[in-house]
Amino acid sequence: MSNPVSRGFHHLRRPAEGEEGRVPPGQHVTSDFPVLSAGPTPHTPLSAWTFSVRQGGGTLKSWTWEEFRALPAETVTVDIHCVTRWSKLGTTWRGVAVRTLLDQVAQEAPYVLAWSDGGYTTNLPVEDVTSRPAWVAFEYDGQPLAPEHGGPARLLVPHLYFWKSAKWVRGLDLMADNEPGFWESYGYHIYGDPWREQRYSGD
Amino acid sequence: MAGTAVLGRLTWQVAAVSSVRPETDTVVTIGLDVPDWPGHRAGQHLDVRLTDEDGYSAERSYSIAAADSEPPAITVERLEDGEVSPYLTEELRAGDQLEVRGPIGDWFVWRTSDGGPLLLIAGGSGVVPLRAILRRRRQACSNVLARLLYSVRTLADVIYRIELDQYHDGAEVLYPQPAAGLDRILRSGRCRAARPGRLGPG
Repeated sequence: MSNPVSRGFHHLRRPAEGEEGRVPPGQHVTSDFPVLSAGPTPHTPLSAWTFSVRQGGGTLKSWTWEEFRALPAETVTVDIHCVTRWSKLGTTWRGVAVRTLLDQVAQEAPYVLAWSDGGYTTNLPVEDVTSRPAWVAFEYDGQPLAPEHGGPARLLVPHLYFWKSAKWVRGLDLMADNEPGFWESYGYHIYGDPWREQRYSGD
Repeated sequence: MAGTAVLGRLTWQVAAVSSVRPETDTVVTIGLDVPDWPGHRAGQHLDVRLTDEDGYSAERSYSIAAADSEPPAITVERLEDGEVSPYLTEELRAGDQLEVRGPIGDWFVWRTSDGGPLLLIAGGSGVVPLRAILRRRRQACSNVLARLLYSVRTLADVIYRIELDQYHDGAEVLYPQPAAGLDRILRSGRCRAARPGRLGPG
C-alpha cells in the first residue's frame, strides 16, 4: 500500500538519466560504502557514551545515550561526498539535528571543533551545523549505525566533504577561533566545500 | 528510552490541516484534525510524513504546540535549505492532508502533579514545547510560578508574542537577545537555577 500523496510536495529526485547537478566536480558515484578511518575502530559501550558540548575546558551540557535518543530525531536522505572522490547519492540516515543540541546551550561561538573517541577532531563554522542541515546520526539505512561507519553516532554534515562528518563523535567544543582539526592539520582544506573542490589547503 | 520504545506501536494516520497561521516571517502554526488522536501531554512531539507523487516520503518530528486535550498543532520554522519546512510553511493550506503519528516522548512533559516552580529556557523554535507547557498551566488553572527565558535574535523573531505577553498570573516571559543576554540573566541571580539539567527539545 502506498502512502497518500501530499498535495504540492515535490522532492528533487535524481534524474533517471545520470546524476546531473548532484555530483560535485571531480567526484564519481559509488553504490557501495567505502570505509576510511584515521585509526582503529573504537567500541564505547552505550552505558558509557555521552555527547557533550564544552567551552574553555568546561562542559556546558552533556547527554547520556538515553537522553540523546529521547530528543526529536529526523530521518533524512542526503548525498555524501568523500574527499577521496566518491559520492554516494540518496543515503538515508536518522539523527538529531545539531541545531537541536546547540539550542539547549546558552553560549554562542563562531566555530565548533567536533571530537571523537580515538582522538579525531574536525573544525567547522557553527553556521554550517546550525543554519545548514547537520545531524548527529545514529542510524544508517534503517539500522543502528555500524561501528565501522562511526557508530554508535557520527556527525553528518552532507554539504561538506565527508571527513567533516566525524565518526564516533562524542561532543562539540565551542571555539572562538577556527582551530584546524585532524585532517585539516595534515594538509586538507580548512573548510572543505565539495562544490568548490576545496580538497586541500590552498585549493 | 521511552521515545524509541513507543515508536514501534505508533501507526501513521491521515490528518487534515485545519488551519495555517503565520507566527513570524518564517514560522507558521499548523492546526491538525486527527480523527483517532489518542491525546497528548504538553511537551510531547509527533512525526509528520509527506509523500510526493513518485512515492518519495520524508519524515520529520515536531514538538506539539498545543496543551493537553487541545487539538494537536505544530509550529514550524522555515529553513532555507530544508526539504520539508519550506513546503509546510509556504505551500500547505487548510484542507490539505498529511500523515502523522504520535504522541511521542514521555520524558520532556509537564503534568500539573509535577508542580513547580518552572524555569523554562528556549531559543528560537525551541520555545514550542514550552509554550504547550504554559498553555497547560493556564488551562489547568495551576498557580505554580513559571518563568520562560526565551532567547531570540530580535523581538521580531519571537513566536507566540501576543500570547506570551498575556501571561501575568505568576508566569513571566523574558526575551534575552541576543543569546548572550540569557547568560547575563542567569548569572545575575534573577534566576537562581542557572543551567538546569532538564531542557526542552529544540
